[in-house]
Amino acid sequence: MEPMTGTAFVVATTLKILVFFVLLLVFVALSTYFERKVAGFIQDRSGPNRVGPLGLLQVMADGLKFILKEEVEPGAANKKFFFLAPVLGLVPATVLFAVLPFASPAPTRWGLMEMIVADVPVGFLYVLAIASLGVYGIVMAGWASNSKYSFLGGLRGSAQMVSYEVALAMSLVPVLMLVGNVQMPEIVSAQQNFAAGPAEYGAWFFLPLMVTAFVFLVSGLAETGRVPFDMAEAEGELVGGFHTEYSSMKFGMFFLGEYAHLITTAALITVFFLGGWDIPFWQGDNIRVLADGTVIGEPTWWKTLLTFGSFAVKTLLLVLFFMWLRWTIPRFRYDQLMDLGWKVLIPLMMVYIIIMGLAMYLLDEAGIPVGWQYSGALIVLNLIMMGILIWGLDRGTIVKGATSRTRRRAGGIRGRITPSAPSEVD
Amino acid sequence: MPGSVKIVVRPESSASYVRAITKGLGITLKHLLEPNKATQQYPDEKWDLSPRLRGTHRMATHEDGRAKCVGCGLCPTVCPVNCIKLIPAEDENGERYAAVYEIDEFRCIFCGFCQEVCPVEAIHLGVHYENAEYSRERWVYDLERLTGLDHPFTALWDPFDPASE
Repeated sequence: MEPMTGTAFVVATTLKILVFFVLLLVFVALSTYFERKVAGFIQDRSGPNRVGPLGLLQVMADGLKFILKEEVEPGAANKKFFFLAPVLGLVPATVLFAVLPFASPAPTRWGLMEMIVADVPVGFLYVLAIASLGVYGIVMAGWASNSKYSFLGGLRGSAQMVSYEVALAMSLVPVLMLVGNVQMPEIVSAQQNFAAGPAEYGAWFFLPLMVTAFVFLVSGLAETGRVPFDMAEAEGELVGGFHTEYSSMKFGMFFLGEYAHLITTAALITVFFLGGWDIPFWQGDNIRVLADGTVIGEPTWWKTLLTFGSFAVKTLLLVLFFMWLRWTIPRFRYDQLMDLGWKVLIPLMMVYIIIMGLAMYLLDEAGIPVGWQYSGALIVLNLIMMGILIWGLDRGTIVKGATSRTRRRAGGIRGRITPSAPSEVD
Repeated sequence: MPGSVKIVVRPESSASYVRAITKGLGITLKHLLEPNKATQQYPDEKWDLSPRLRGTHRMATHEDGRAKCVGCGLCPTVCPVNCIKLIPAEDENGERYAAVYEIDEFRCIFCGFCQEVCPVEAIHLGVHYENAEYSRERWVYDLERLTGLDHPFTALWDPFDPASE
């Protein structure tokens, strides 16, 4: 079956955009409900349960309230950017979905429909470019509000996001080294078990690339700006951070943007490290469209639905994991956050890329074909490195608590700060 | 002179986030899997109230519906916050009754002195607490309203049976 062309392609793409955008917004709305339920359960409460069955209509009630609330606009705010910021907070998170393959190709009367909105040849670069745009909403909101708290929040948020962006981008390099392509469907198909094809690792990439999956998870979490990396909001210190001055639906946009970001990050991890829409232990879903238009495997509609289910389940489980993490640990201190980004993750990824490149070169030189032995060797290597990483982090010598530093500062007097004479205090 | 500040220094081996985060995740997972232990679904599910709970007042009545109050004036005298307004009157048979009897429940501290002091067991506190209103005026209960209520009377503490057995 040939891939779609001409008018059918345009119509199909428009439909995909509409369906997927609506689906994403529904999931974003539901995830706010989901988060409140998870938070409630973790804190021995029941969460929203008054509006509608099981409180499911709480989402609607929230939305209605956002719209009905008064919109306050600070007199000294820069109006243009004040209006633009919430839009910039929400849009990048949603348009990122355009390059994510979310199900196996479906056959139609007019040709094979690939379940991806835009199969751009630079899919990976698009992801990085759009993900970095997310920071503009925060910076703009912080600056345009003309308030100290907003300003500090925006400043912190931008510094955090810029530094974790580096680790995020670098953690994707090993994926590209394994796949040898930047197109997103290729990344998914490289993680499936193919009977034939150039890439047959036979494992989802979180196994042969464990360390980079961990780094991507951490820096992806930092990108979403949620606890424990919610420096930009930091309710305890900065009132509301960058959205202190926002009210009504403008605040709602930031709120939705945060959850859209969350889902996007979970979907990215799914695509890069959890095999995308691949169903584990089943070879029937190994469907793939090669560059010259030939199709491997037998695409059917029910397979498309099943694989979409697989994609959704993986993404939602990751979202659940993020929520679980959020309601477990408190916020990092700002310097700890920066230490983790610059002193741990970025050097780690630099070393890791070199080691992985070397390992792959040696495996190629040894004449081991791409297969289970190849990925097995990489898995063992990664297990060792992961062990070293966890051991290093566990010793707490790199990212440490505030109190373990005073010993050095106090010049060896354990547990005491020497009182300073009033003249030294100024 | 400022004294020295004692700072608890954690040893570096225990300054780890990895173990702490893993432990924390375990604890929250335990709570996540057995949810909703503490919440009482209040308007649907109510407290089991003690028979001695001192809540909203209620006036006892005779069989014919008249209030038992004889207007002796003991309750406004004993009331520590002065929330009872009583104007006594006398009917053609020479029986005293309360022409005006108002209790400001907003001001009341529910000490229960009025119930204890009442010689004819007319005014009682009741086992009832849901008396929200839209205006302050509605919190002043007049005689008609006090006799119209039907929640149980508060049981007084019996010195000869201190544990209510």
